[in-house]
Amino acid sequence: MENRRVRTGKHFMMGNVACAEGAVAAGCEFAAGYPITPASEIGHTLAKRLLEVGGYFFQTEDEISAICAGIGASWTGKKVFVPTSGPGISLMLENIGFAVGIETPVVLVNIQRGGPTTGAPSMGLQGDMVQPRRGSHGDYEIIALCPSSPQEMFDHTVRAFNLAERYRAPVFVMADAFIGHMREEVTIPEPDELDLTYRRILEKGTDPSTVKVFLDEEVAPMPIFGMGFKTHVTSSCHDEYGNRNLIDPTALDNFIQRLRNKILKHRDEIVQVECDYDNCELALVAYGAVARCAKEAVRVARSKGLNVGYFRVITAWPFPDREVQDLSHKVKKILVLENNSGQYYPYVKAEAAGRAEVEFLPPQILGQVHGLDYVVQKIEEMLR
Amino acid sequence: MSSVEHPLRKYLRPSVEATTFCPGCGDGTVLTSILQAIDELGMTMDDFVFVSGIGCAAWIISPNFNADVLHTTHGRPIAFATGIKLNLPEKKVMVVSGDGDLTAIGGNHLIHAARRNIEMVVICANNGIYGMTGGQVAPTTPREARTITTPYGSLENTFDISRMVQASGASFVARWTTYQPRQLTKSIKKAIQKKGFAFIEVISQCPVQFGAKTGAGSAVEMLEMYRKSSISVKKAVEMSPQEIEDKIVTGEFIDTAKPELCEEIARLKERIRGEG
Ligand SMILES: Cc1ncc(C[n+]2csc(CCOP(=O)(O)OP(=O)(O)O)c2C)c(N)n1
Ligand code: SF4
Ligand SMILES: [Mg+2]
Repeated sequence: MENRRVRTGKHFMMGNVACAEGAVAAGCEFAAGYPITPASEIGHTLAKRLLEVGGYFFQTEDEISAICAGIGASWTGKKVFVPTSGPGISLMLENIGFAVGIETPVVLVNIQRGGPTTGAPSMGLQGDMVQPRRGSHGDYEIIALCPSSPQEMFDHTVRAFNLAERYRAPVFVMADAFIGHMREEVTIPEPDELDLTYRRILEKGTDPSTVKVFLDEEVAPMPIFGMGFKTHVTSSCHDEYGNRNLIDPTALDNFIQRLRNKILKHRDEIVQVECDYDNCELALVAYGAVARCAKEAVRVARSKGLNVGYFRVITAWPFPDREVQDLSHKVKKILVLENNSGQYYPYVKAEAAGRAEVEFLPPQILGQVHGLDYVVQKIEEMLR
Repeated sequence: MSSVEHPLRKYLRPSVEATTFCPGCGDGTVLTSILQAIDELGMTMDDFVFVSGIGCAAWIISPNFNADVLHTTHGRPIAFATGIKLNLPEKKVMVVSGDGDLTAIGGNHLIHAARRNIEMVVICANNGIYGMTGGQVAPTTPREARTITTPYGSLENTFDISRMVQASGASFVARWTTYQPRQLTKSIKKAIQKKGFAFIEVISQCPVQFGAKTGAGSAVEMLEMYRKSSISVKKAVEMSPQEIEDKIVTGEFIDTAKPELCEEIARLKERIRGEG
């Protein structure tokens, strides 16, 4: 039988469509969203594709409703997807924290656009890079991936589903209008070549008041709804069994630390970077759309005999601290390129402090990709 | 020692020893009426998923009900419940929350769930105030009533929630006070069996915040006021707006049948499978 979920083959495909196809291939059964440029094509594709595979795309009254419906759906055991752009994420933030707190697998995509505020909807800006990490109130960890091509829009979306299911947590795919609207070759593998993860679900018949179903650093099985578990799930500070505890001062500490450690303890399985800086004096650090420019600048600079390398951030969060430390041991200088006024740069600088000198280079015009000559010139300057 | 157990105790989580309500709070009556309705229908807690927002009323189900319970964020329970119902259409989904939660911060979700006519029971414990946060004015507070944020009396008009939900497209809408627990239980039973969006507004006394701040007095005084001010829907249609102004119109406002969202989606999926 033809596999309706996986459109195996080579396609000339828009990044946003590849993202939607990645979700369907990963086993997504429910998506919720509200129209927004430059992310709308994801919803357009899912509206048709999910129905073809027995799922449903639910267009909500606003983005708050989208994330809430997604979280509710995830508690019925479904793989869920909530694609949007920055303004939508701004509305969702309170409930993204809720997803963290009650350990709900949900994949979010932010096709970043020019902000602040309504800004320039169809221009790409890497303007929301710290938002997933620090946007919701309270103290927590998050996972965020940065695709650099339509192919990676597919691949990273599949991986985001796997990570969300594995860690019972919200996972972000942080693209921008350039990558979302870019059309390139996308290869979708055979269904059996896709390595898919499904969350652990509490064994039927188990009484969750006798089993730790929350706050397990090794990720507790999910006591999903509709199976007779009689689960108590609360946004309030709670213990391992889901019991509200607003009195004991150690309960909050336990609540925060265990949720953080659930991600941080497994950072080696989560964090990915691409490195090409052996014996280099200088390395460019970049991610997403800008990483394409950085890679090309390195190629051109090397052809001119300049000793420059390259470090691409694939997992933005949790922060690749050890990888940046390694980098800062091996190169003397680091140049961070971002299509913003320096959001990720302070993190890199802090991690490399005392070892490598770190500089930042925005594009000549915010919202545009860095010019090649402009970057090569900066490399020449730094190596002079 | 007597080992007689309250007939509804079996629906409560074994670990629960007491509720969090203040003495005299109407939320206990809401809790009992819901469980009584479930009991009389011969249903079990496993037939349900319960969802609440934030506030005193949101704690009616959380943690008390021995069932799948999702206690969420302020104003959003209907949005969560919608995601649950769309994916577990065979279960009954019931939202229980306060007037501030469902009609102020969460008003938009209430309107759209009613418009979609998604099968769901929403019970709004309307105490006319923000109880949990200390007695601030709510959209449901009577005009001129003094609250902690309207020290000279509220200047705003009072939300007629039931009429708003009916106008938005709900299949079933009823309003009762906590003085009428039998009628309330009967309407909850109907709401649970309704194939469509069913909304019940319960005018519920909050002696500690509403009673103290507005001068409405004790729980007993407030219940006495409910008894005196309640008039039936049937009677209300024969009265002028001026005559109704200070009354609480109680009863069932609408009980109708129309296409329900989950059934429509199931039909569409069936059709697409046939075509594929
Ligand atoms: C986003 C957000 N804003 C404000 C609050 C604070 N808050 C908690 S309960 C509540 C009011 C609840 O009023 P209502 O829904 O009428 O419930 P009641 O306590 O009266 O039963 C507010 C404003 C919150 N928890 N979240
Ligand atoms: S504050 Fe009011 S609504 Fe809240 S528990 Fe006390 S009496 Fe009930
Ligand atoms: Mg209230």
